[in-house]
Amino acid sequence: MYDGVYSDKVIDHFTNPRNVGEIENPDGVGTVGNAKCGDIMRIYLDIDPETKVIRDCKFKTFGCGAAVASSSMATEMVKGKTIYEALEVTNKAVMEALDGLPQVKIHCSLLAEEAIHAALWDYAEKNNIKIEGLRKPKKDVHDEE
Amino acid sequence: MADKKTIYMDNASTTRVREEVLDAMLPFFREDYGNPDSIHAMGRPGRDAVKVARAHIADLIGAKPEEIYFTSGGSEADNWAIKSAVFGPHAKGKHVIVSSIEHHAIINMCEYLEKVGIEVTYLPVDKYGIVSPETVEAAIRPDTAIISVMTANNEIGTIEPIREIGAVARKHNVLFHTDAVQAYGQIDIDVTRDNIDLLSTSAHKLGGPKGIGFLYIRNGVKLDPLIHGGEQERGIRGGTTNVPGAVGFGKAAELAKVDMKERADKEIALRDRLINRVLTEIPYSSLNGHPTQRLPGNANLRFAFIEGESLLMSMNMAGICVSTGSACASGSLDPSHVLLAIGLKHEEAHGSLRFTVSAETTIEDVDYTVDTLKSVVERLRSMSPLYEDFIKEQKKKQEA
Ligand SMILES: Cc1ncc(COP(=O)(O)O)c(C=O)c1O
Repeated sequence: MYDGVYSDKVIDHFTNPRNVGEIENPDGVGTVGNAKCGDIMRIYLDIDPETKVIRDCKFKTFGCGAAVASSSMATEMVKGKTIYEALEVTNKAVMEALDGLPQVKIHCSLLAEEAIHAALWDYAEKNNIKIEGLRKPKKDVHDEE
Repeated sequence: MADKKTIYMDNASTTRVREEVLDAMLPFFREDYGNPDSIHAMGRPGRDAVKVARAHIADLIGAKPEEIYFTSGGSEADNWAIKSAVFGPHAKGKHVIVSSIEHHAIINMCEYLEKVGIEVTYLPVDKYGIVSPETVEAAIRPDTAIISVMTANNEIGTIEPIREIGAVARKHNVLFHTDAVQAYGQIDIDVTRDNIDLLSTSAHKLGGPKGIGFLYIRNGVKLDPLIHGGEQERGIRGGTTNVPGAVGFGKAAELAKVDMKERADKEIALRDRLINRVLTEIPYSSLNGHPTQRLPGNANLRFAFIEGESLLMSMNMAGICVSTGSACASGSLDPSHVLLAIGLKHEEAHGSLRFTVSAETTIEDVDYTVDTLKSVVERLRSMSPLYEDFIKEQKKKQEA
């Protein structure tokens, strides 16, 4: 159905997704979306306690091609950034990095942004710190619409 | 795509035009392009050919040629049948009964009808997608204009008990329409035996061209036109006759009658091989629809923990064309209304794929499809948080 509709970048990240997997005892983990709508993203973070740099980032996604590609791209973009810089990885940034998404798939990049925020929020709560500009994630798997 | 072999497993979406069909059509573009309503010599070949085509088309369902009214396809035939039953001088009432698993041509039309004052009852189906004649009977009201239940469903392939439903309609003197777009030329239909008043079809589902279909209107049933225009089709469907289309449709119907049984046997063997291999070799997979009361070529399967569009994309990359009931492939948030109507949860519906084989499909195609599917499903599950949670739960249970 989307043959020729997705950019080459999206296809590449769908076919060879970067950073798929889990992190054992992650410093932060966030899951957003719900199965009802057909998208769930989970992002794991490994964070250096001193420098607050994201040393590793992994994801698992249930969803369409755009959802997989958005999570893959988002994990690449936050890796190596500090938890404060990671907030710059917005849905717009993810979308641009993927050379765009079809109109009906824009929510997938939003979900990727929310998944990162959810993982950062988890980290901030566990460590009792405040990340300027980070709001409590609103979407959760357990939200029933 | 071009350098790879394409395996086409989407014959419910549309089919390849059969060689004989194309050959039959071509003269009516090049030499005999006249308008069949012209009185001069150029009108004659088309007129004669359409007459022959109409006879073949009628013959396939035991109808008379004059009961066949050409349309632009299945959607128009569906719209014509139902709108003419509730609007205009020959309207029969203000209430319509349809199944909840009809094609969008019916469902979206009914949603529109509700906006303009028509009442619609959407009948529930069982877990296989079957409409029971009893629920049909219970829904009939004094102002019921028409009952419409499809002969066979396009997504899950379920074949409906239309003969019994037609009998109920007849008993209560209500019009009975059936959308036979998926069934015509694939399974045996007889308009008299099956108590049918109105029936829709489309040529491109049985090796004919796109853009032509017909509405069967039983002699004695009065319908106003949907498309007002010239005097074509006995004065109730305006528009210059699509001669190549009608001729192609006629040839497709003629061929379908000859090889229906042989084709069905072949497709059922392929379909069942596909279904059985998937169910035994891929864990957490299930069949949607009825195990035997289903169209010969249809296999609709679901795979837990993964989503249909990513499945479809992965299959497409391996050169295999299938379709999905997932919302993500349609741009809406809701998965297929058919899969929800048979009681699937949203996440189950999202993970469903439809494979529809034809008589041209080979065993090798089926095996390659299943082999590819196995690795694709495994890969997508390894990326799925739902699968991760499931496996962790299993482990917990084992340890407990
Ligand atoms: C059951 C059913 N009804 C109606 C249609 C619409 O037919 P057409 O594409 O010829 O308008 C289809 C085709 O997709 C169908 O499967």
